Amino acid sequence: MIIKQLSVFLENRSGRLTEVTGALAESQINIAAQCVAEASDFGILRMIVSDPTLARSVLRDKGFAVHLTDVLCLTTPNVPGALHNALHVLSKAGLSIDYMYAFAIQDHAFVALRPNDLEKSIQVLLAHDQTLLQAADIGSG
Amino acid sequence: MIWNEHQERMSADERHQLQSDRLRAQVKHVYDHVLPYRAKMNALGVEPGDIRNIDDLPCLPFTTKDDLRDNYPFGLFAVPQSEIVRVHASSGTTGRATVVGYTRADIELWSEVMARCLAGAGVSTADTVQVAYGYGLFTGGLGLHYGAEHLGATVVPISGGNTRRQIQLMRDFETTVLACTPSYALHLADALREAGLSKDDIKLRVGIFGAEPWTEGMRQKIESELGIMALDIYGLSEIVGPGVACECTERKGLHVHDDHFYPEVIDPQTGSSVQSVGRGELVFTTLTKVGLPLLRYRTRDLTELDATPCACGRTTMRMRKCLARSDDMLIIRGVNLFPSQIEAVMLEIPGLAPHYRLIIDRVSNLDRLTLEVEADEQVFSDSIGQLESFTVRIRRALESAIGLGIEVKLVEPRSIERSEGKAKRVIDKRHLQ
Repeated sequence: MIIKQLSVFLENRSGRLTEVTGALAESQINIAAQCVAEASDFGILRMIVSDPTLARSVLRDKGFAVHLTDVLCLTTPNVPGALHNALHVLSKAGLSIDYMYAFAIQDHAFVALRPNDLEKSIQVLLAHDQTLLQAADIGSG
Repeated sequence: MIWNEHQERMSADERHQLQSDRLRAQVKHVYDHVLPYRAKMNALGVEPGDIRNIDDLPCLPFTTKDDLRDNYPFGLFAVPQSEIVRVHASSGTTGRATVVGYTRADIELWSEVMARCLAGAGVSTADTVQVAYGYGLFTGGLGLHYGAEHLGATVVPISGGNTRRQIQLMRDFETTVLACTPSYALHLADALREAGLSKDDIKLRVGIFGAEPWTEGMRQKIESELGIMALDIYGLSEIVGPGVACECTERKGLHVHDDHFYPEVIDPQTGSSVQSVGRGELVFTTLTKVGLPLLRYRTRDLTELDATPCACGRTTMRMRKCLARSDDMLIIRGVNLFPSQIEAVMLEIPGLAPHYRLIIDRVSNLDRLTLEVEADEQVFSDSIGQLESFTVRIRRALESAIGLGIEVKLVEPRSIERSEGKAKRVIDKRHLQ
């Protein structure tokens, strides 16, 4: 249920992002989802990739500071109210979300989220018939 | 105008005699009352009786900033605390500041030399002097203040900062003399322009600027924007504070008040005297100080001395404007800063790599400090909030240690240059040379 997200420290300067994507492309690592959180002088690049452990060592070799962070990947039907239902389950259980990023296409929506309590969130979501992706669902690509 | 006709215009012989008499008394005072000096002199095999005149100065030991720190806070004072009426201190990490003390006579001496500086700049009782140097432990504010009061000018003790109010009072009080750091003078000029005003809206005519290095280019800019004559003042708290030397309106070097502070230039590498006049590290011996007399204090400032009489009529030794130093000390907004102070703070913060780069630039004529530190994997976390509070923590620790505002910026690991030799950890973009 737990997905390893890659977090990379980036200075805000042009070209840095493409050095990351280039290194991953060279190693045949697929990026399933990606977002950048920005502060004034730096950013954190967050990615869900096909092989997080390999991606980490590839990026470390290039001199990047990299962390693997545990997140959940929720999938819901692409209909009005679906995301609300999932989030409502979490908030009713007193859980909160540090950050999330999402994308919807055709019949499905995918949500990467980092709750404050990972284990409890998994329990609560599954108990309410929500669907969480497995690492293998992403890594197979 | 010459404040002290006699002392400032003595013949070379008379000056030599006076300096020699005073040096003998000063050496005896130091030897009798300051144990660390007695030990230093004994180690060199020198006794007060060996000093016959000012030319014997090279026999005496040097004093450095480390001597002051090693004897922190009052170990080099030559009088009991009951005779000390004031202390000042320079910035430094906790417990390592350099502390200086003054007796009542020392304060009077300081006021006298400051009055000479102001008179030499053409200031009189008819003037209103706005003292925009910081007041407090820093000697700038109170030094100018006492001198201007002693001279009989009207003093506006506004201290540093609060630019808007500076301009308002400058206009309302018809201030004629401004005393501050040269970078702050330029900042005031900018603020004046931004307020839609010009030099025609103020009555300033003279500026006494010091406490940091500045160039001829800055002088021209200040003069044209504020419509004043800008003069350079030099001093250091160890010797007395501002007023050790100052330009007269001839602007051909700074007149050293050498009947009180005797200057030498030495080779900073070997410590040997440079042929009487010439370029080298400036060294001062106080001749009349009571509370904290210092022998051959190494300023680390590089300059050149000129013994020829000035067109203004003064016969005192003149020194050239100091622009360079023989150590790595930086002067930021008038505050002394050693890179080692930054390192000391960084070592106390767990997880911080010892790699840093200090960048100094001038934005809107004010010095700005930025410290770049590497976000290695020990420091890096997935949370923006945590990273930002980490930089705030470093910033606060630094600001309380160095007494200066600083920005802290996280950079990628290994992005700061490593080198076998001395890494270039300080990048000064102010172009002062």
